[in-house]
Amino acid sequence: MTAERSPLELAAQLLDLARRAGAEQADAVAVASTNSSTEVRMQQVEKVAEAASRSVGLRVIVNGRQAVVSTSDVTDTALVETAQTAMELARVSEPDPHAGLPDPSEQTRQPAELALFDEAIPLLDGDERARRALACEQAALDASPQIGNSGGATFSTRVSAFALADTNGFAGQYRGASASLYVEVMAQEEDGSLRNAGWFTAARQLHRLEDEASIGREAAARALRQLGAAKGETRQAPVVWEPRMAAGLAGIVAQAASGEALYRGSTFLAGREGEQVASPLLSIADDPTLPAQLGSRPFDGEGVGTRRNPLLEAGVFRGFLFDCYNARRLNAATTGSAVRDVSSLPGIGSGNLVIAGGETPADEIVQDVADGLYLTTLMGFGINLTTGDFSRGAAGIRIRNGELAEPVSEINISGNLREMLNDIDAVGDDSQWFGQTVAPTIRMSRMTISGQ
Amino acid sequence: MSQTLGHSPTQVREFWSQRLGVDAAAADSVLSAALSRGGTFAELYFEHKRSGALTYEDQRVASAQSTLSQGVGIRVVEGDAVGYAYSEDLSLDAMRRAAATAAQIAHGADDEVAPLDITAADYPADRYAAPAPTTDAPLTEKVELLRRADAAAREYDESIARVEASLVDEEKRVLIVRSDGRLVADFQPLVRFNVSCRSDIGDERRIARWGGGGRMGMAYFDEHSPESLAQEAARQARLQQDAQDAPAGAFPVVLAAGDSGILLHEAVGHGLEADFNRKETSNYSNRIGKPVASPLVTVLDDATLLDSRGSLNIDDEGNAAGRNLLIEDGVLAAYMQDRISADHFGVAPSGNGRRQSFRHIPMPRMTNTYMTAGEDDPEDLIRRVDFGIYCKAFSGGQVNISNGDFVFSVTEGYLIEHGAITAPIRDVNLIGNGPDALSKVTGVAHDLEMSDGRWTCGKDGQAVPVGVGIPTVLVSEMTVGGTQMRSGAGMSA
Repeated sequence: MTAERSPLELAAQLLDLARRAGAEQADAVAVASTNSSTEVRMQQVEKVAEAASRSVGLRVIVNGRQAVVSTSDVTDTALVETAQTAMELARVSEPDPHAGLPDPSEQTRQPAELALFDEAIPLLDGDERARRALACEQAALDASPQIGNSGGATFSTRVSAFALADTNGFAGQYRGASASLYVEVMAQEEDGSLRNAGWFTAARQLHRLEDEASIGREAAARALRQLGAAKGETRQAPVVWEPRMAAGLAGIVAQAASGEALYRGSTFLAGREGEQVASPLLSIADDPTLPAQLGSRPFDGEGVGTRRNPLLEAGVFRGFLFDCYNARRLNAATTGSAVRDVSSLPGIGSGNLVIAGGETPADEIVQDVADGLYLTTLMGFGINLTTGDFSRGAAGIRIRNGELAEPVSEINISGNLREMLNDIDAVGDDSQWFGQTVAPTIRMSRMTISGQ
Repeated sequence: MSQTLGHSPTQVREFWSQRLGVDAAAADSVLSAALSRGGTFAELYFEHKRSGALTYEDQRVASAQSTLSQGVGIRVVEGDAVGYAYSEDLSLDAMRRAAATAAQIAHGADDEVAPLDITAADYPADRYAAPAPTTDAPLTEKVELLRRADAAAREYDESIARVEASLVDEEKRVLIVRSDGRLVADFQPLVRFNVSCRSDIGDERRIARWGGGGRMGMAYFDEHSPESLAQEAARQARLQQDAQDAPAGAFPVVLAAGDSGILLHEAVGHGLEADFNRKETSNYSNRIGKPVASPLVTVLDDATLLDSRGSLNIDDEGNAAGRNLLIEDGVLAAYMQDRISADHFGVAPSGNGRRQSFRHIPMPRMTNTYMTAGEDDPEDLIRRVDFGIYCKAFSGGQVNISNGDFVFSVTEGYLIEHGAITAPIRDVNLIGNGPDALSKVTGVAHDLEMSDGRWTCGKDGQAVPVGVGIPTVLVSEMTVGGTQMRSGAGMSA
């Protein structure tokens, strides 16, 4: 067995085999990870899972013909077969003048040190994971007698390494670690029906995880405040997006700003570079260079150094995110935004998304609304990035006369992203991190809310 | 590429023992380590999966991909608690190390157990007896299918400016060995063909996707030509050019036969998975024998359909997968069980224990879920609606298990006005609440249809292929998330 080889050594070995098999250009990716999790429910340990995993993938480019082959069997024999299969598959593909590795000058020689690995995380054992998950769930169950049931609390850790080597001579590797805690609890209505809510914390540094009990209490508070929820009437009204919901909006903008979506003609942002596409209050950047954040990476999936890419600045669309392939197809330059796993061609993806905080205190954003919706939940897949049409299931709290009033559920909110982005008329000063995104409260002046 | 190997359970067992050195003796040794701390049950799930993808865009083969994934998932059960570990390294030492990790869920003294009596079990392995899986077919034949789809989409309408097509397939060789001595093996083929078309008229662009497949070989394409799949994607993309804003509010909804089965999958399917009911976190908990839908509604989960995307000979816990009645004439009949929930409820496992791969813990999941046919005429259900919408194609759905709210996103829908289908509408989301929506089913037609194999279900981060089906159905009221305000409410006769 070959357990001693580092991911970079595995990638280099596979790359060498590809060269010998006749590949002109090739790159190899190797990923190794150890995932551990403990799930508790009603104060009993229910699941403990722990496993170390590794896999390796090879892309070959022969006369512009591309193929990708990957394997979780990393024995020498399997690696030889992987290289041979890649060369055979490349013959089936057809030449594409834009296929190829980055120009070596675009690749980084000195990847940034981003503090992605906290030594404390791999030291956490199953007992400590259980202790934290139990404390979190206990705090939720203790919050109120109306919290009668739990979907469980899970504490997870992941330690991983990503390596990339290519025939340009690029060879890079970085390690990362992360920890997360999630809990879901149910509040019970008088008729026995349930209102559930979850809350979580995730970080690359153990000490930056939020306190277990506060996560549990937040989940409980969210379940409790949905008790008695009903549909409101169908109307058009302002919608206040709490920070977690606004974070999702940043993700939608980043997808619409993908250079691949531009090439496919599948984004409403096509042709809008340099134009005002959103409210002047809205600025969003993709920044994979932030130290110790979950979406950070020193180089991208093609060995290109990462950088901060502004997407919207005061509502002006600053441009698309690119990997090398889509950049070549559209006469643009890579933005260091290639993402990669072992089994597929490079794609385009964001790192950390940052919605710039505004100046309005979040409670004032609500106080200015006579009748509206405070949005806390979205459901479903109703986003058409080509047309901008947005129609999704929702739940939240009715705003009446500037105050949070009764809870609402089983409603839809809809609009078109072109207008929705322009209709943002307040951005809060209350930015919070959710995974790879930091976002404040925002308000849209008008959306259609469907209920009764 | 890979040479052709046999697909019978016996041949799959031989594959594991001869190619990878995994036989009953090796399994016994690993199970012994798994139970060394005193767990009540252990199971090994060996999986060898080869998958491929060919993608076609800009009128050429853009890429060819192949992935090999193999390993063993080891589960140790102690009451309701589960220890889980997996190993991609199939050497006996590595597997026993993983087993020792999983064993720690139990807290007994370190003590190896006596050898088990492991016996290969017989079961009818005939639900996807594809004599020639697509993974064995020459790549040139697959490329030709993609070319045909591309050409047919471009010919369909002059507005079709861009076409992408892909063929994705896999073959799994699964071997399951349990501490109760049961050993089963299964060969599981799966193919999916996808087409995406963009229609351009002036600056207006519309994209639609369509596809199909199943647990079949190349024979799938004899009955479902690449041309027909491509023309359907092209038709939907072109149709969207003429779509108008959807209405906002609560209206009657007619669901077309076939893909609308997504309604059942979300509105009742997930809520009837027994893990949620064991924990009493589902809105269907403690409701067996009680009415949960209109008396017109009977729902089955059926793994036995021939060649369907959700069909299974055995589930991923080694139990026979079956045909299970979930709702009969509106009354809740049963939940879908895996091993742990079946033990909890004191019933037999229903064969619904599924997992994404050897890296994942099994849990209760759907296979092919559908509503049985009724007696109404589909046209008549439309005639009964004064103002409402007719739904035909969807991009997905989601449910909140605990409060029962569910959504599905309509990508091909129409207005119904005065009993007739009129204008197409833009993408719109519908929301309802499980038992409430199903109690409002006021008409079920005789035209039951299963979806072509294009649906994948996600739960707790695990994706598994599923089928859905439904006849044309009238729901007297659902909330429609359009942008167009209407005065006055809808009515259904």
